[in-house]
Amino acid sequence: MNDHYDAQGEAPGISEHSGGGPRSYLIGAGFATILTLASFWASSTQLIYGPGVPILLGVLAIAQMGVHLVFFLHISSAPDQTNNFLALAFGIFVVGLVVFGSMIIMANLNHAMMPMDRLMQMQR
Amino acid sequence: MLGKLTWAAIPFDQPIVMIASGTVGLAIVGLLGLITVKGWWPYLWREWITSVDHKRIGVMYVLLALVMLVRGFADAIMMRSQLALAAGGAQGFLPPEHYNQIFSAHGTIMIFFVAMPFVVGLMNFALPLQLGVRDVAFPVLNSVSFWLTAAGVLLVNMSLVVGEFARTGWLAYPPLSEIAYSPGVGVDYYLWSLQISGLGTLLSGINLTTTILKLRAPGMGYTRMPIFCWTALASNLLIVAAFPILTATFAMLLLDRYLDFHFFTNDAGGNPMMYINLIWAWGHPEVYILILPAFGVFSEVVATFSGKPLFGYRSMVLATMVICVLSFMVWLHHFFTMGAGANVNAFFGIMTMIIAVPTGVKVFNWLFTLYGGRIRFTVPVYWALGFMVTFVIGGMTGVLMAIPPADFVLHNSLFLVAHFHNVAIGGVVFGVLAGYTYWFPKAFGFTLDERLGKAIFWCWFIGFYLAFMPLYVLGLMGATRRMQHYPEMGWQPLMLVALAGAVLIFFGIALTVVQLVVSIRTRDQRRDLTGDPWNGRTLEWSIPSPPPPWNFGLLPQVEGTDVYWAMKQVSSGTRSNAAGDAYQPIHMPRNNPTGFFVAFFAVILGFALIWHIWWMAIAGLLGEVTVGLVQAWRTNGEIEISAEEIAMAEKALVAREVAA
Amino acid sequence: MNVAHQAFGSSPEIPLSMQGPAPTSVVVGFGFWLFLLSDIIIFAALFAAYAVLSGETAGGPNGTELFDKGHVLLETACLLASSFTCGLGSLAVQRRDMQWTFVWMAATFILGAAFLTFEASEFSAMLTAGAAPSRSAFLSAFFTLVGTHGLHVTIGLFWLLVMMVQIMTLGFRPMVRRRLFCFSLFWHALDIVWIGVFTIVYLGAS
Repeated sequence: MNDHYDAQGEAPGISEHSGGGPRSYLIGAGFATILTLASFWASSTQLIYGPGVPILLGVLAIAQMGVHLVFFLHISSAPDQTNNFLALAFGIFVVGLVVFGSMIIMANLNHAMMPMDRLMQMQR
Repeated sequence: MLGKLTWAAIPFDQPIVMIASGTVGLAIVGLLGLITVKGWWPYLWREWITSVDHKRIGVMYVLLALVMLVRGFADAIMMRSQLALAAGGAQGFLPPEHYNQIFSAHGTIMIFFVAMPFVVGLMNFALPLQLGVRDVAFPVLNSVSFWLTAAGVLLVNMSLVVGEFARTGWLAYPPLSEIAYSPGVGVDYYLWSLQISGLGTLLSGINLTTTILKLRAPGMGYTRMPIFCWTALASNLLIVAAFPILTATFAMLLLDRYLDFHFFTNDAGGNPMMYINLIWAWGHPEVYILILPAFGVFSEVVATFSGKPLFGYRSMVLATMVICVLSFMVWLHHFFTMGAGANVNAFFGIMTMIIAVPTGVKVFNWLFTLYGGRIRFTVPVYWALGFMVTFVIGGMTGVLMAIPPADFVLHNSLFLVAHFHNVAIGGVVFGVLAGYTYWFPKAFGFTLDERLGKAIFWCWFIGFYLAFMPLYVLGLMGATRRMQHYPEMGWQPLMLVALAGAVLIFFGIALTVVQLVVSIRTRDQRRDLTGDPWNGRTLEWSIPSPPPPWNFGLLPQVEGTDVYWAMKQVSSGTRSNAAGDAYQPIHMPRNNPTGFFVAFFAVILGFALIWHIWWMAIAGLLGEVTVGLVQAWRTNGEIEISAEEIAMAEKALVAREVAA
Repeated sequence: MNVAHQAFGSSPEIPLSMQGPAPTSVVVGFGFWLFLLSDIIIFAALFAAYAVLSGETAGGPNGTELFDKGHVLLETACLLASSFTCGLGSLAVQRRDMQWTFVWMAATFILGAAFLTFEASEFSAMLTAGAAPSRSAFLSAFFTLVGTHGLHVTIGLFWLLVMMVQIMTLGFRPMVRRRLFCFSLFWHALDIVWIGVFTIVYLGAS
């Protein structure tokens, strides 16, 4: 309903305009608990193919972050949330680049370059 | 009691430093004395120091930048002189320990305390005016940002007198910057002053991004904003995204130095290359943070003085946002030679070449704007034309080095030094000086002297080419950067030419001071009484010069781009509220000393941490908390200006125009 | 010249981006959202450093030897619960319900303090066992990443205390409500960061 939207869209999280009670928090907490327990279980069980565990953990973590964003912070694709959504997308883009870019670059560097302690030994 | 601080910290045995500090110290004391004797403190405190008005803060940023330009340039001329002398066996006049501090200080000051404040200051001044609103999103935070930058400036300058500066270059690579190899306070001065001013910059980025996205005049959708606002948006988004990387990386180096952590040390598993990787993940976006607003200034200048709308608005917007995103995907080109291997180098080399494309789009759009226009060759247009030639050359040498095999030859040579000065001076410096000239009349009510302006341009333009073209040649001949002397006698003639260029630029800077003095003295001859000295196109020219504190008595209703130009086509004659729309009372933020006190305690905290004076550090921290709590309970933060007062002020301004 | 002016406000036909300046609560909320994103990028750099250095134990202890998953699950439960109680507190603020605001915010504070207590005990156990940050790059990265999160939680608790006093002395005026709103954004974001921490650092160590 357009007439409820403030100029320039809504801020993330609840505000004066979003109605409803504790429902979204209860659902969010519920999902988050399940996902947390699932993560802890996945990391110690023998039932899952070993090399697949990190991927599963990653998926569960991202899912839980999504649960927080949607149920606690009320980020959505609604038109009054566009700024928040785009800012978040940009942030995720940069986080991904910094973390995975660094990991790839450093892995390549470590592969190609002599380890520091051997380098130091050469100087003595 | 005083940590590492002793009388030995003052370099009594270094005559150059003592003379420089003594002179500056006397000048500061003299200035403070003059202000006291003339009784100007209440005015300064009320109108400037505690001001939260974006126009005042913008002016203070630019003033800070100009003063630091002199300091940074003094370093430059010392380096050029040293290199002109130190050929063959000669050692010049600057010993290596001193020379290393000078080139480190030169880079640090020019990037962090000249270019950044100048760019942020111009954005601060112009954005709310172009967006048709009354102030930025967070005026008190704006003041805090400025004063934190000033605190960083103070700390960096204190390093000249008390202690030393870093000898590591402007990015302080480990392991040299680790405590084992830099046990003195130099690197700590560097790190703390940049952490403090970096916080100010980050807060400014948040402030201006929020302003552009949430505070625009009614009707001003995103595609009706001036292009300067788009480039400012991209630049501030980059600040918000990139500066945290700098903060985190410096924090890790500080932990290494202070608490014996091992992020970047040579031993216990540390990895110095990780620092280089992270610092450039910040460093590359940083250069786009600097250049994008300069591009925005040129877009405004070229359109205004061609008398035509900017060619290709949408492609300009697209190019700007593409540059914003791509600037995060090229950072490895700063360390191709560090050994990441061919695959990684190839990816980043290709991305670096791709990022040149949207910049090319922009250059063509400027050219197409000029083409067919009635060009007025004012000083800002001189800067724009000089920029187009110079920046393109610099960009091309950048693309040349984007090819990893070429970079293996040219990395860390004088060719690289020439390239980045080429784009920094040709792009950023020319851009901020154009913006300075362009918006000066809006800020102060009179234009700068035109003839001196052109002289300043020619000094910079010719001086730049003389100073840096030889460096391209020297780089290809094998000269490396950051060298205090060199064995090849054959290089000396080129070094002398470079020195001549630096001297010419010196005259340009000196003339800038002269221009300011002369323009103030003769201001009555060049008063801007209409608020529109350039026949401008955007909203800032629709209000008086200087604007009233509230900028717009009534927020304009925007219906397209080049809003003011459209308004002028519809009606000519004096500005008036002939429609008779009623003024409403306006709430403006009150003056606030929070910014000043935050910076005051930041200097205490920073100095204490540098010299390991722990009780003073705690005192500084407690001071900050106190300032924060006082601000948290401030409930009278706004002042209401009545509708009658606004109506009277607007009428008076109209009357002044009519009389002109 | 005639400058057309119009009182601005919401109207169905006009796109959101053309409706003029946003109200203060939206401006403040969005600005704080941007600040949170910048904070998350600080954590990204620390995560990157951890990812790169987690194998560099320099002959010292590694994660598998040091981390106790039961302990971490307890910490996670405290923090998640505190996020939940914070959400309920935000609803109470919306209703201007002073009593329930205090109840839920006190619960948030206690749960957050419990988290910090557990974390402090973990750190001190590691330090006494010789697994100090100065021992290896891995430990430096661990203590910095997890410690920075803990520092944010500490600052958050201090902020929460100040907000309680602000409600008592200034009531639920708009300025106070905006700040409580920002606090809840901050608190939820810290829980999001913790998801990354417990997954990558603790669960990833095995």
